[in-house]
This record gives sequence, C-alpha cells and structure tokens, in this order.
Amino acid sequence: MVENRRWLNLLTHAVLLLGLAVVALPLWMTFVASTLGPGELINPPIPLLPGSHLLANYGEALSSGMARAGGVPVGTMLFNSLVMALGIAVGKIAISVISAYAIVYFRFPFRMTVFWLIFVTLMLPVEVRIVPTFQVVSSLGMLNSYAGLTIPLIASATATFLFRQFFLTVPDEYLEAARIDGAGPIRFFRDILLPLSRTNMAALFVILFIYGWNQYLWPLIVTTDEHLYTIVMGIKGMVTVSDEEPNWPIVMATSMLAMLPPVAVVIAMQRLFVKGLVDTEK
Amino acid sequence: MQKRVGFDRWALPYLLVLPQLAVTLVFFIWPASEALWQSMLRQDPFGLSTEFVWFENFVELFHDPAYLHSFGRTIVFSASTTFLSMVVSLLMAVAADRVMRGANTYKTLLIWPYAVAPAIAGVLWWFIFNPSIGIVAYALSVLGVDWNHYNNGAQAMLLVVIAAAWKQISYNFIFFLAGLQAIPRSLIEAAAIDAAGPVKRFWTVVFPLLSPTTFFLLVINVVYSFFETFGIVHATTSGGPAAATEILVYKVYKDGFIGLDLGSSAAQSVILMAIVISLTVVQFRYIERRVAY
Amino acid sequence: MAELHLNGVRKVYAGGVEAIRGVDLEAEDGEFVVIVGPSGCGKSTLLRMVAGLERTSEGEIRIGERVVNDLEPAQRDIAMVFQNYALYPHMSVFRNMAYGLNNQGRPKEEILERVQRAARMLQLEGLLERKPRQLSGGQRQRVAMGRALVRDPKVFLFDEPLSNLDAKLRVQMRVEIKALQRGLGTTAMYVTHDQVEAMTLADRLVVMNGGVAEQIGRPLDIYQRPATRFVAGFIGSPSMNFLTAAVAADGRSLELPGELRVPLSARAGPTAGRQVTVGVRPEHLHLSPGSGPRLTLSVGLIELLGAETVVYGHPAGHEEAVTLRVQGVPEVTEGQDLELGLDPAHVHLFDARTGRSLSHPDDGGAV
Repeated sequence: MVENRRWLNLLTHAVLLLGLAVVALPLWMTFVASTLGPGELINPPIPLLPGSHLLANYGEALSSGMARAGGVPVGTMLFNSLVMALGIAVGKIAISVISAYAIVYFRFPFRMTVFWLIFVTLMLPVEVRIVPTFQVVSSLGMLNSYAGLTIPLIASATATFLFRQFFLTVPDEYLEAARIDGAGPIRFFRDILLPLSRTNMAALFVILFIYGWNQYLWPLIVTTDEHLYTIVMGIKGMVTVSDEEPNWPIVMATSMLAMLPPVAVVIAMQRLFVKGLVDTEK
Repeated sequence: MQKRVGFDRWALPYLLVLPQLAVTLVFFIWPASEALWQSMLRQDPFGLSTEFVWFENFVELFHDPAYLHSFGRTIVFSASTTFLSMVVSLLMAVAADRVMRGANTYKTLLIWPYAVAPAIAGVLWWFIFNPSIGIVAYALSVLGVDWNHYNNGAQAMLLVVIAAAWKQISYNFIFFLAGLQAIPRSLIEAAAIDAAGPVKRFWTVVFPLLSPTTFFLLVINVVYSFFETFGIVHATTSGGPAAATEILVYKVYKDGFIGLDLGSSAAQSVILMAIVISLTVVQFRYIERRVAY
Repeated sequence: MAELHLNGVRKVYAGGVEAIRGVDLEAEDGEFVVIVGPSGCGKSTLLRMVAGLERTSEGEIRIGERVVNDLEPAQRDIAMVFQNYALYPHMSVFRNMAYGLNNQGRPKEEILERVQRAARMLQLEGLLERKPRQLSGGQRQRVAMGRALVRDPKVFLFDEPLSNLDAKLRVQMRVEIKALQRGLGTTAMYVTHDQVEAMTLADRLVVMNGGVAEQIGRPLDIYQRPATRFVAGFIGSPSMNFLTAAVAADGRSLELPGELRVPLSARAGPTAGRQVTVGVRPEHLHLSPGSGPRLTLSVGLIELLGAETVVYGHPAGHEEAVTLRVQGVPEVTEGQDLELGLDPAHVHLFDARTGRSLSHPDDGGAV
C-alpha cells in the first residue's frame, strides 16, 4: 500500500470480514440446519450452532432421500448429475478443440461461414429457446435419456472461442518447425497443440463441469422419468411438498450434497479456474 | 484471424468442424428457426387448425398487460441484481487488493458461491428468509419488520434479487480483483506523489482504468440476470406472489409448458434471442477491440 | 550435401504485393550463403520459400538435382533454425531433437545414436532430459542447432538465429556456427540484418533491398567494390559518407561544394556536368593531409572507443554530415576545424539518380 493509515486498514478488514460473513451466512445456516433433528426446526429462532444429527440426516438423504415423497434416492440423482456434468464438460471440450483447430489452422472454403454459424451461438443460453429445443429433442426421441440431457447443451461456442483465442497466441514457428519435422495436421495436433493446450483444457473443464452440474431447467423438461433426475432439480421437488413445511434438515443435507462436488472442484482447482474465467474474457 | 502458414487439406477441416456444426445446427439453428416460424403461427383453442398470422403474436404481446408487467419486473430485477452484485464485489475487490497479503485467502473464501447452482442459491436464501423459521426473517421481526415473501411482492422481489446477486459476487469479484491487480503500481504511486488521497485516487485513477472490466461485467451481469436466473425464481417464488417476480425467462417457460400457448411463447423466445444477440454483438465488438491482432 | 539454385524466384502475395522480385542465386556444395538487408527487404521470405513455408509464385528452387517448388518442407531435406528457436515447450531436449526423426519412422537405436552424437558436438549431453524453459538462451540456441543437425540435411537454413542472444554470446555462437558448418561441410543459407555476422560468416554474401538482390559476391569484394549506393551505405560501420558532386567540364575531376576538387581516374568516365554521389568510407579520410584534395571539417561529436575514435562533423559548404574513423586517440576537440585528406583511389562514385556504381560498373548482382 502506498500509505499506512490506521483507520483505512481497519476499514478494509471490516469490509472484507463483513462481506465474507454475508456471503457465508446462507452456507452456514444450511449446514446448521442439515445437522438438526426433526423437532428443532419448528419454532424460531433456530439454533446458530450445528446439532447432533449430522450423520443421521446425511445418511437418510443419501439412502432413501425423497423416497418418502415418492422420489429416488439422492445417490441416484448425484450419479445422474455427475454423468451430465462430465458428459457436457468432456463433450464440449472435445468438439470445440477440434473445430477451433480447423478454424485457426486451415484454409478452406466457407471457413468464415462456419465461424459465424458457430459464433452466433456464443452466450445464447438454452433458457431463451427452451420450447423449440424441447420440441426438437422430443421429435428426435431423446427425452428421458442421458443423450438428451447432455448433447443439446454441448452446442455452445464459448469453449470454441476460448480455444481459438489460445491457438492464435501459439507462436507460428511451432507449426513451421513441426512441418519441417515432417508432422502433418493430425500429428501436429496430437503431438504439439494438444499438449500445449493442457492448462486451458483443465481450466475449461472446471467451468464446464460446474455449468453442467448446475443445469436446472433443461433436466426439468427433458426428464419425466425420475431415475434420470439430477440433484439440482431434485431439490425443488423436496421444497415444494404440498401445504406442509418441507422436511428442512433433509432438504438442507441434500442441498449440501448438491453443492459439494462443484464447490470442491472450484476450490481445489482455484488457480486454473480463475485463469480459465479471466481468459474467456480476452 | 488465421495463421500465417496453414494446412491446405480439402476434407479434414470439414471433418473437424462437423461435430460442432452438427450439434449447432440441430440444437440451435433448427430450434431458433422453429421459434421464428412458430412465432408467426396461431393455433385455435382445440389445436385443430393453425393459421399464419405474421407479426400478430408480437403485436399482441406488446399489448398484453401481463407481458409488459413481466418486462417491467425483469428490468427491475436485472438492474437491481447487477447493481447490488457489482457494487458489493467492487467494494470487496478494492479491499482485498489493498490488504495484498491476504488477498488470495479472501479470494478462496469468496469464489465458491460461483459453483452453487442458481436454483440452490434460491433455496438457501429462501430458507434463511423463511417467515416461520428463517434466521433473517426472525432478526427482522425483532427489528419490527414483518417479512413474508409469500404474500408481499416487493419482499419476494428483494429475496430473488439478493439470491441472484449473491451468486454472481464471486464472478465479479474475480474480475474486479484481476483488473485492479493489473493496474501498474507506478500509476498509483504517481497519484500518491501528486498528493491524491485514497478516495480521490480511486475515483480519478483506479476507477477509470478499471472501466473496461466494469463494462465487460456490466454486460455479463445483465445477461446473467436476464437469462440464467430461471432456477432461482422457479425453485423459490415460482413467479409469485401475483406475478411480482415473473421475469421473462420464467414467463417463456410458463406460457410454453404450462399454458401451452406455443405461438406466444415462441414470440417471447424470439424477443429474448434478439436481446441476447444484441448484447452479444456489443460484447463481441468489445472483445475484438481488446484483442486487435 | 548439395548445391542450392534459385532461378528467377518471385513471390507475389494474394493482395498483389511483390515481396521477392526475381532473385537468381547459386550456392555451391558446402558454401555458406548469408543474406543481409534491412527489415522488410524480403530476406526472410526468401529463406522461407527455400524451406517450403511460403509458396513460390514464379521461378525455380533446386536443392541438389531436385526441383523442390512443390515439395512439403519435410520432403526437401532441409533443416531450419528459427529466430525464437521454436523449441516445443512440453518436450524434453531429447524429444525436441528426435521429433523429426520419429516422424520419419527411423528405428529407435538410430535416433538415439544420432541425437547423442549431435548432443556431444554441441555439449548438450547433460541436458537431454531438461525442458526448454529450464535452459539458458545459449543452451536453447544449441538445442535448436541440434534439432537441425540430427536430420543430417542437405541444406541448413538459419533465420536470424542469434538475434535473441546478448552481445557476448552472439559472438561466441557465431564462431561456433561457422566452425560447425565447416566441419560438416553442409551448404547453409543464413539470414541476418547484422552486417558483422554477414561479413564474418559468409562465403557468399547477398545484399537484399526491396525484394531484389542488389549485389552477390564475396564479402570483401562487396565491401571494397559496392555495386550500388545502397550496398555501399549498408555494408560497413560506421556507414560510408556520401557527398553530392558534379563532374567538372573537362570530365577529369569532380567539383564538390567548398571549392573541393577530386581528380577522376580515367577508368570511370562519366560525362561532364553530370550529377554524381561521392562515397568515402570513414577510415579513408586522413588526419594528415598529403598533397591530394582536402576537406575542411568542423568537428561536432567525438566518440572515444579506445582502440579507435569516431569523429562526427560538417564539412564546410556541405549539407551532409561526415564521419571519420581514426586509430587510437587523436588530438581533436569539439568545435575545431580539421583538415582532412582524401585519397582519390578510395573514392566511390554513384549515379545520383539510379544509385548504380560508376566506379565498378561491371560488378553487381541481378539488378
């Protein structure tokens, strides 16, 4: 810092701590609620410290879960979420890295047409074209399938755009050296470009995994078979039990389980994730 | 925007773009054109006949008080969410940039809400504002405020705004902090030598230099609050009470899947797409200008 | 090993820009050809055309007996050292050097043997498992050389390979490159903008300007008998001094402003009254004028380099600045007027309009 003013330093830390408290409050209360017994969440104020039912609540959520409300166990939903998140992340990275490669490294007729066809989808979320997309998926017979859950969502240009930006920064001399070394397009891609893109792919993986895991509307409409429900949309079913108050400790334990994988991924791969985010802007 | 030396192969590049192109055509271009087509059709109430009505669905939409109401709610929601989230995260980023040594710890503690699904973010806040057992609702009642988002539209709106803004704080914080850390220290020191105090320095040096980041985030936040907050609303208020939180993406879904009014829903989709595309163009121009090579 | 022939080679870009405007060049087997010129003169483009990284619009490029115009870079039997080395950052030194051989499908033992031999020659043996980022600039340079070496090519191509090194290392590597090329006896084509590199490395020097080879020849010939004013000014440091002059009415001497007259040798016979440019190298001006023509210089800046001294100044009656280079430390002060002697034998004459040499009209390249 340029100067050291006491009050300013105090203010700085006060702002940060207050901010952190506000940001963390919902998480803390969720955690507390997920450890309470059934009777402890009826009258306000609710406790501010964790209770003793942690294992019982999480065990119940994982094994029977919504079964009492006629649903599937949380374990199944977690698995479905995992399939969806991995399918979207891997699928998106795979198709976009090769299309970006073609766009940057090849000269071919209609290159710009292809470019614009792909890039017009940049940022266009599924929510705004939900009804017709549903109709298309339905007419292709892809409802209630993992394919229907994942494939329509891998059509986004964000990843292609990131790879394109990255490829443009790769020095031309690598390609030239590789050509002198007798590497054709496939070899150059496999031996040089892919290894160079490792960091970008990992960063993108974090972002896309979260994107896939957190999908809500799409699984809501393409799945009617509850064995394909994902955890994020499953929560909704738990909150809106007709008339009565939901079973909050179980709901909150489920919420914690739903948040855990993506939050863990973000925290564990923080540096990659931040780099990935900031790079998509460039 | 291409390499000095490229490959000349006639089939390979097409093979490489084929998967992406196929997915884009089938799940994007096709539905989008379908939406465009349907937005100009109208079915009779029994679904027996379909009529081509040109832009009548659009005209009707803009005469429909419910749609205009939803538009208004969306603007209120979007503006409040963007403003709240950006102000809070800028404040925290400036603070984190100042402490330097702890900046990374604060970053770790602040980035995780990004990973929380909007729907779950909604449920979390829904729970702590729950009128009967929520901790915040309880605290408010002690202060004499009667909180009940089940029948108070303004409070319901505030709730979804808070949940939506909360989730976006991480993203904004990361970008603001990166932007702040990219400002050369010599500039700050020069300003300090020019006898500008911390507050003045912020407004005359730091904030202007941060404006590209701010502009970028502004667009991102508007897009986010317009389109990616469906889960927050659907999992909590379901647009209620009395359509007080019925934002446009929610209405598209409701009219299409619950009301089964395909023509109107398609017209709404087309309008939303037009909004996103124009925001994308703004964003893209900005990106292209930034990477002018 | 092979000769290299360029025959009427031209490069025209899609937009119609002509980067190479017809270059003829012959390099004998084992010859070290250096192409020198200012940036944008087309020297790198020419090299890249030989490498096969740029298409040749017109003309013929021959390596040995083969016309290589339509061959892929990998099929041309060349190896190239890039300015920024272009070492694959994720591969070890060994894999960097072996990559080309791997792609040729050579047996493992042969690759191992070849890489180790190259590593021995370049003193890289201890570094084979390192990644490029763990190497110093000089070591990277060696690896780039090694990658070229293991291929055992017919022609080495160097694209300003020393420009990323600091001054001291540059001199050292320059010597090594030359020694290595001599030892192997492989034909080499080397692009640089540094005239010291050009003079010291070249068996055959090509001075390029504006997509044209202004002069091709042995370095010393080019230095002593520049074919054009451009070549004269580009080669030599400090640069040659140029003064405008006219041929006297009798056609036997030059008239320079300031009453200066320089006798003309009978050999160059420009017509009387013609405008010419007179060129004199800084080392051909003498502090102790004899009986010949003299030039009065009002001394400006003086640079003392120890072994020699460079004096800048303005001659009386001339627009142009004049540079003088003398051995040791002369007794000269700023602002002083100096009498300088001019040796007519070392005066170069250029046509003021075309820039072509009038002193050596029969020298020169493919202009």
